[in-house]
Amino acid sequence: MTAVADTVAESAAGNRYDVAVIGAGPAGMAAAAAAAENGLHVALIEGGRQLGGQYFRHPAPGLNEPWASQLHHGWSRFETLATRVETSSRIDVLFEHQVWAVEAGFNILTDRGPIAAAHVVLATGSYERVVPFPGWDLPGVFTAGGAQALLKGNLVLPGRRVVVAGTGPLLLPVAASLSVAGAKVLGLFEANHIRGYAKHPLPLLKNPAKLLEGADFARQFLRARVPLRSGLMVVEAQGTDALEAVIVARPDGTHRRRIACDALAVGYGLAPQIDLALTLGCEHKLLTDGTVALRVDTNQRTSLPGCYAVGETAGIAGVESALVEGEIAGLAVAAGVAKSRNGSPAALRRRRDRLRAFADVLRARHPVPPAWRDHLAPDTLVCRCEEVPARAVAEAVEDLGATDARTVKLLTRAGMGWCQGRVCGYAVACLARRDPTEPPNPADLLAAAKRPLARPVPLGVLAEQDRRNK
Amino acid sequence: MVGAACAFHLARAGCSVTVVDRGAVAGGTSGAGEGNLLVSDKEPGPELDLALRSQELWRELDAQGLGEGFEYEAKGGLVVAFTAADLSALRTFAATQRDAGVLAEEVAAERLSEFEPHLAPGVAGGFWYPQDAQVMPALAAARLLRASGAEVRLGSTVTGLAVSGGAVRGVRTTRGEIPARYVVNAAGLWSGALAELAGSRLPMQPRRGFVLVTEPLPPLIRHKVYSAAYVSDVASSDAALQSSGVVEGTPSGPVLIGASRERVGLDRTPSYDALGRLAAQAAELFPFLERVAVQRYYCGFRPYLPDHLPAIGPDAHVAGLFHAAGHEGAGIGLAPATGEMIAALVAGEKTVVDAAPFRPERFYSEEAQP
Repeated sequence: MTAVADTVAESAAGNRYDVAVIGAGPAGMAAAAAAAENGLHVALIEGGRQLGGQYFRHPAPGLNEPWASQLHHGWSRFETLATRVETSSRIDVLFEHQVWAVEAGFNILTDRGPIAAAHVVLATGSYERVVPFPGWDLPGVFTAGGAQALLKGNLVLPGRRVVVAGTGPLLLPVAASLSVAGAKVLGLFEANHIRGYAKHPLPLLKNPAKLLEGADFARQFLRARVPLRSGLMVVEAQGTDALEAVIVARPDGTHRRRIACDALAVGYGLAPQIDLALTLGCEHKLLTDGTVALRVDTNQRTSLPGCYAVGETAGIAGVESALVEGEIAGLAVAAGVAKSRNGSPAALRRRRDRLRAFADVLRARHPVPPAWRDHLAPDTLVCRCEEVPARAVAEAVEDLGATDARTVKLLTRAGMGWCQGRVCGYAVACLARRDPTEPPNPADLLAAAKRPLARPVPLGVLAEQDRRNK
Repeated sequence: MVGAACAFHLARAGCSVTVVDRGAVAGGTSGAGEGNLLVSDKEPGPELDLALRSQELWRELDAQGLGEGFEYEAKGGLVVAFTAADLSALRTFAATQRDAGVLAEEVAAERLSEFEPHLAPGVAGGFWYPQDAQVMPALAAARLLRASGAEVRLGSTVTGLAVSGGAVRGVRTTRGEIPARYVVNAAGLWSGALAELAGSRLPMQPRRGFVLVTEPLPPLIRHKVYSAAYVSDVASSDAALQSSGVVEGTPSGPVLIGASRERVGLDRTPSYDALGRLAAQAAELFPFLERVAVQRYYCGFRPYLPDHLPAIGPDAHVAGLFHAAGHEGAGIGLAPATGEMIAALVAGEKTVVDAAPFRPERFYSEEAQP
């Protein structure tokens, strides 16, 4: 029996759910399914209109291309999971509910009103990390994930002749799907050197599936003649009204090369989206790549009783990890409600630990090359929402007494716009350091991960809070 | 902000000035405010005198070409009353203000739309205060500090005051000692702790406020607009939540809605009740805001002294130590006149505004009472 409710009024009817899962990506779906199969009443809350999240993003019915089926790895996993969710009578899937904050206890505050739940599982995924460079605001420049979303969700190519660049494992599937969909991928430029992987043989050998996946990509790129180059990054995008070419160079600016293209997909990895948890006061940790993730125990519990975090929120680790962690959290919540001493099966936890160890290696191998800031021009926009150029940030730091990212933001408005610093937060944290050789201050990286409202919320919805109190 | 203004005026008076802050510029209350320069909310008395003098000094700074750097806007304020009773109280209040030198003009209900076309219908009437103005507070502090020419030591925490023979000799910081003949305590919320380091005290307490920030909008709200109930909130000493939204547009587009007032210590836990109250009050003034997105909110703490007046002047015990703190929510507005007063007191000159009501030692005599 599918229970898809449109509004809170229909679904919750003032009742408290056993657990609210926020985010219907792989981790959230797995958590909801596992919890429901163990007797709990679940609200699966999703801002969008479909199950699957970013990873299993798929086109609306009716949209099709001959190559569409090749865009996804392991689509059957999604189908199995979707069936588990959709056929459960204990799961209310609440689409198009934007969660803007969570009150302890728990009260999930959405743009359609509050949802009460005894436990909450945060499965809010990640957002993409980018750094500015001259010309990055030209039409034709996409984030790697943005290009992928366009392709997976709308079956639209960002361009015909595409350069894929940046760092991290996401670049591989992005280049592969662009190529499958018919784009000429002129090169995949990984800013970090790949040879460093040899330093971490154990986690690699323990994850043979990952090695096979890598070999699979390599074969695919060879067949499609996609040149794979490491140690190179895009330092400039050129064009008058739209992208015409990119300049690729070593981080130190040497070995410059111009590549004519009409699209660039660039990304420097993913960052956990944990604003709801940070505002709730959950403990966090700073990871080696400068991202901030939630601290969780072996059953995916955060420091806040009743609050669990799964998938990318606990540190970027990919879809397999997300699926396992969702199951673990779902089972752990159910065990807690049943007052059972067994949390989640040890086999699942071992699998999660193995995947996490592999993710740790990936993270350590794909930092943002600190030299990115050397390639900025004074008029390069650092914050695109508020149109703040690098020059203004430099003035705040050098002349006006900004010694941290918060003050840079106050004095320049960088990070105050629509995206609330999701795009420029990391860059501003770096630039707040007067000495470019110093890594960003951990407090500034934390500030970049924090947003008091996880989503913009209509003022009338906030006002409703007050009217309800009366 | 207050420290920057003191540095500015002391430097202008010929002192060599060093400014020490443990954080960045505008890191405390200054960076968490709205930048209100209000006379409209003040009853006749010493604070109003200081505010009126400050308005003159802000205008001077603007005339010197500094205003653009911190978004100075002499936009004026509109105080509206929803009921006939509120309007009559507002009328009485405005009359007393006028006697003290405030420009206040009654605006009949039917003329309010000329001032604010999007104001809610059914308002009983209002008052127009042309002297009310606005600045971007963090920029104001940073630009004024820069214009002072003072030596600025950021990231240096004051660990003690060097005092000998009952007189101050300098400050000790985490980055060395700074000898000085005079020390001005403009540490805002932490000025009580700093006074203690000198063996003195100020009964400083935080009063929390939230400010809502909307998405950028075209200029739909022209002035500072608030309901007449705001004045009684500001003057209240109750620890519980008080809120009456002051709504205003900004040059960069977002509308600011502030601010709640509650004494809850330094607790930053978001209060969705306080945010909801602000939102509801803003929507009551401007119904179109219902559908506008709130992008963020911020939380700040006002340095609150029990009688709602700042402490400005020499310390009662330690010679050479001056206090300039406790301006609560009006520190931006009152800063220039505070700086001017401190510069005059340090030089032993007559102050423009009578300094007597602001004497820091007033709290000592109060302490003796139960």
